[in-house]
Amino acid sequence: MINKIVASATAALADVRDGATVMIGGFGTAGQPNELIDALIGTGARELVIVNNNAGNGDTGLAALLAAGRVRKIICSFPRQADSHHFDALYRAGRIELELVPQGNLAERIRAAGAGIGGFFTPTGYGTPLAEGKETREIDGRMQVLELPLHADFALIKAEQGDRWGNLNYRMTARNFGPIMAMAARTTVATVHDLVELGQIDPEAVVTPGLFVQRVVRVDRVATSAGGFKHAA
Amino acid sequence: MTQALAPSVAPAVVRWTRDQIAARVARDIPDGAVVNLGIGLPTAVANHLSSDKEIVLHSENGVIGMGPAPEAGAEDFDLINAGKQPVTLLPGGCFFHHADSFSMMRGGHLDVCVLGAFQVSAGGDLANWHTGAADAIPAVGGAMDLAIGAKKTFVMMDYLTKGGQAKLVPACSYPLTGVGCVSRLYTDLAVIDLADGAGRVIDLAPGLSLEALRALTPGVTLHLS
Repeated sequence: MINKIVASATAALADVRDGATVMIGGFGTAGQPNELIDALIGTGARELVIVNNNAGNGDTGLAALLAAGRVRKIICSFPRQADSHHFDALYRAGRIELELVPQGNLAERIRAAGAGIGGFFTPTGYGTPLAEGKETREIDGRMQVLELPLHADFALIKAEQGDRWGNLNYRMTARNFGPIMAMAARTTVATVHDLVELGQIDPEAVVTPGLFVQRVVRVDRVATSAGGFKHAA
Repeated sequence: MTQALAPSVAPAVVRWTRDQIAARVARDIPDGAVVNLGIGLPTAVANHLSSDKEIVLHSENGVIGMGPAPEAGAEDFDLINAGKQPVTLLPGGCFFHHADSFSMMRGGHLDVCVLGAFQVSAGGDLANWHTGAADAIPAVGGAMDLAIGAKKTFVMMDYLTKGGQAKLVPACSYPLTGVGCVSRLYTDLAVIDLADGAGRVIDLAPGLSLEALRALTPGVTLHLS
């Protein structure tokens, strides 16, 4: 019998080691798996390499992980935001390494890892500082840059519904990086608000098939908080 | 608010306001187009899209068919745009993951994207993600993918910097976002098509002559369309 349900976020992350590469889903606060990030902080693991679109908002979630000093390097597309003060301070103090990747290249590098693709050429970034030192080639009359896959030890993602096989769907734009990160990591841990029996998710509406997911944790629904932009005064 | 240029530069010119520029961009977007409006100035274009055209708004975080901002109190922060602001979904709209979203751009499926800019070169190079300042924290987001991915990349910007320098330049001094990707500029002084390394001026702000615009834009060839 297949049963990927794990009793708690803490139990689901017990085997995260120092130096692990951890993908964390979310675009700003939408889709950010706060319960799993809190459990990751609780493991005490250090020198982590984190892959996320951003570099934390406010004082919770990814920002709290950064503030706890557990992250050696972050791979992201958009670290600087209205409320990224923890990242900003670490970066300016030289206490965190930043690999800046154009957002579509970040997504495709993650997808490539999950799809077993050894790399791809893309026109994105050609002629810019973010392509410096990378192999280029003219393909279809256009200059393109070689980008390599991005693998991870763990992916921590937030889904809406799930079952014991790990089938998942998501809620609106909280989907963002969840499906591709689930493909790219050796161990994918997903939180779900709604844990259902096999067959209860419409098979036509399963977004992430269960084989991409190793652990499922049910968490209570908490309204997603605002983050990442300047509030009107 | 309209604002006159310094009299020494062009005596009787009345600049277009940001709202007027946004309305002009909106007029040029055809019925049925799929459009991405970048963060900042371009967001205002959405306020001017005519209701007799069906224009589909895409946002790179994974939504197409975006509607207006929700009423105060009705925000749901699982439904946001690329600026992380709450939005709504129109009937027919849908959600998708990031690799699909950027396939829509890179794959040439978006008709138009509208971006802001620090500088644009006469050859259509765009600089809009990094000033290059030593203490600046760089952040690129989807700008590089959008710039090269949409069928047409429009730029919306003030023509001059606060210091009075043209932002349309012979070659960008800021770090590039994309090479040769900008097709049209919408500014407070002029609307300009870029092709073959020169600017074809489509529209001039009231009171502005081509000669005065040329004087403001050293090193760039400008001619009337």
